[in-house]
Amino acid sequence: MEIVPERPSLIELDRHEGQVIEDMKAASNRPLSDPVAWLEEDIERNILLTTVDAMINWARGSSVWPAMFAPACCAFEMIAMAASRFDVSRFGMEIFRASPRQADLMITAGTLTWKMAPNVKRIYDQMAEPKWVLAMGSCGVSGGIFASSSYAVVPGYNRIIPVDVYVPGCPPRPEALLYGIRMLHQKIAKGSLARHDN
Amino acid sequence: MTAVLSPRNIADRLEKEFPGSIVSSDDNSFEMNSTFLVPAARFLKDTPGLDFDFLSYITGIDRYDHFELVYHLVSLKHNHSLTFKVRCYGRDNPSAPSLTPVWRGADFQEREIFDLLGVRFEGHPNLKRIVLWEGFDGHPLRKDFLG
Amino acid sequence: MTLKTEPFVVNIGPQHPSTHGVFRLRTTLDGEVIVDVEPIFGYLHRGIEKLAEERTYGGIIPLTDRLDYLASMSNNMGYCMAVEKLAGIEVPERAEYLRVILAELQRIASHLIGVGAFFNDLGAMMTPIVYMIREREKIVDLFEMLCGQRLTYNFMRFGGLSQDIPEEFLPALRKFLDQMPRFIDEYDQLLMDNEIVLARSKDVGVLPAETAINISASGPVLRGSGVKWDIRKADPYSVYDRFEFDIPTGTAGDAYDRYRVKVEEMRQSLRIIEQAVAQLPGGPFRSKVPFLVRPPVGEAYAHIESARGDLGFYLVSDNSIAPYRFHVRAPSLINLTALREMLIGWKVADAIIIFGSIDIVMGEVDR
Ligand code: SF4
Repeated sequence: MEIVPERPSLIELDRHEGQVIEDMKAASNRPLSDPVAWLEEDIERNILLTTVDAMINWARGSSVWPAMFAPACCAFEMIAMAASRFDVSRFGMEIFRASPRQADLMITAGTLTWKMAPNVKRIYDQMAEPKWVLAMGSCGVSGGIFASSSYAVVPGYNRIIPVDVYVPGCPPRPEALLYGIRMLHQKIAKGSLARHDN
Repeated sequence: MTAVLSPRNIADRLEKEFPGSIVSSDDNSFEMNSTFLVPAARFLKDTPGLDFDFLSYITGIDRYDHFELVYHLVSLKHNHSLTFKVRCYGRDNPSAPSLTPVWRGADFQEREIFDLLGVRFEGHPNLKRIVLWEGFDGHPLRKDFLG
Repeated sequence: MTLKTEPFVVNIGPQHPSTHGVFRLRTTLDGEVIVDVEPIFGYLHRGIEKLAEERTYGGIIPLTDRLDYLASMSNNMGYCMAVEKLAGIEVPERAEYLRVILAELQRIASHLIGVGAFFNDLGAMMTPIVYMIREREKIVDLFEMLCGQRLTYNFMRFGGLSQDIPEEFLPALRKFLDQMPRFIDEYDQLLMDNEIVLARSKDVGVLPAETAINISASGPVLRGSGVKWDIRKADPYSVYDRFEFDIPTGTAGDAYDRYRVKVEEMRQSLRIIEQAVAQLPGGPFRSKVPFLVRPPVGEAYAHIESARGDLGFYLVSDNSIAPYRFHVRAPSLINLTALREMLIGWKVADAIIIFGSIDIVMGEVDR
């Protein structure tokens, strides 16, 4: 019995496949060049592709400069955090700026009184966007131990300015403050330029 | 040890010097009539043997019907101390003479008492609120302060 | 032809790196020279004296921590002494010795910051203070061993301490005592004869002894002006009369002298601690005290030599569980009385140094 091939000729197919191989062989006589070879070498070494948001947030999060603002007891834990033992410069924020215009973060290290409140508001307003506030210590969160002295003490900084991260404790240990700062970094990483809520 | 001078003795001496100046005296302190405060203070400061050159502190207490001012003097020269009190009456405008001309250490403390208790010190060079802001309503250390 | 200038007003503070907290100087300047200055306080007035009237005696101890927060232990001690005097509570010997050790450690810790901050004000930004914080951390570790807190200790109680020292405390203290003198020498090597330090702080902000007494100054400010007055010697409390130590004084009463007095006081404090550790007796760390103290009607004043000066607590009792009146003789506030006349005539840059040399803590100034 003669076997009738289903297709006109399998050998044709074989030839076709062979041709593809031949073509490819003919076309591949040179190694392929780098797809971004059109870039100049200098540029090429320095480009990574990512989203704008991730890029900007990374940059912002890595250099949060705190304002030099030290109202009360908590300030000494903040200073301890900035000094060599806890070394906040690991997070790119060793520079405490005396001018609020150069600062990104206000660490509210101490009790806020009504007499001080307009000044705090002013410091906050002077800080350039983007800016964040970290309420440090029970006083910063809610007035803490002095909350019942309502004639003088503001029950928490969030009466005056919006607060991003709350770190309770009286005073919080430097480790707790560092943890709060890491949380702030996470918050910054979630921000987006499109939504204006960083 | 800082010797505590007997308030009775000092009170007697003051009474002799300024008749009518002493209201009462006990083992811890004596009470003086506020009109004699400045001359008596000068006497305590300048009399040899007393030489109270250091005004340690002043404070005020609200006793409802009057305000009690407490003065604590120390002599660095002889290392002895003395406490005396002055009363001022009235809740609207209690007042006492200022001791700033005698001891300048009284300056901020009197301003603080004025601020927190509302006692006026006549003759104080710069009597205004010290810790609270101008326009604050009331004097927090008064017992009837609502806050 | 003479050039005329207009005086103008410049605010220093309340938020300013050299105001040691929230203090404000309203200066009137003629060019760079200060012609008038008005200190403005109250940015940290937290109403501690009022709050104390609604708390039990024991509940006030945490408030005293927050007065002079650089020297919480000393504040605890002064307040407890006042209540003990008022209520007639005995303190066991061991507790007295431990209190002295803690108060002196606290003085060293506080002076470290005081001196470090002074150099910040001098313009040696950060370097000296980072050295000093290194040693302060060691003291803070010792305190943490006792009570688990780094800044606000709340450790002393009426009639003693809240608990006995743990086993590892004394060896750790020994190690600190062995190291510390060399560290103080190190600071001196770095700073004492530094030409810039001398040029900027010698004869700057002179406070004559007479004025210092007249304004009721105390602590290093008074002693810097050459007055040998220290409550530990003049009116010995606790067991201070059993130790040998000197009272360092200055001669000129300038900013440099006040700085030197603080450094020498650290050495003397080490001496006291050495003796106290050597004599430390056994026994209870606290006497039996009722849970709610109810002192008889009366008043009491107790004062101690804290790091900033003559710190006193005046209490009035009406035989209830809360004081009728609680007053603090705050050395920081009173030491500032002469600030105005010390500043007038100096340039703004010197004003920062003069102010820094007084070494105040705002928690105590405003209360
Ligand atoms: S939270 Fe505690 S330590 Fe911090 S400022 Fe308030 S009282 Fe002081």
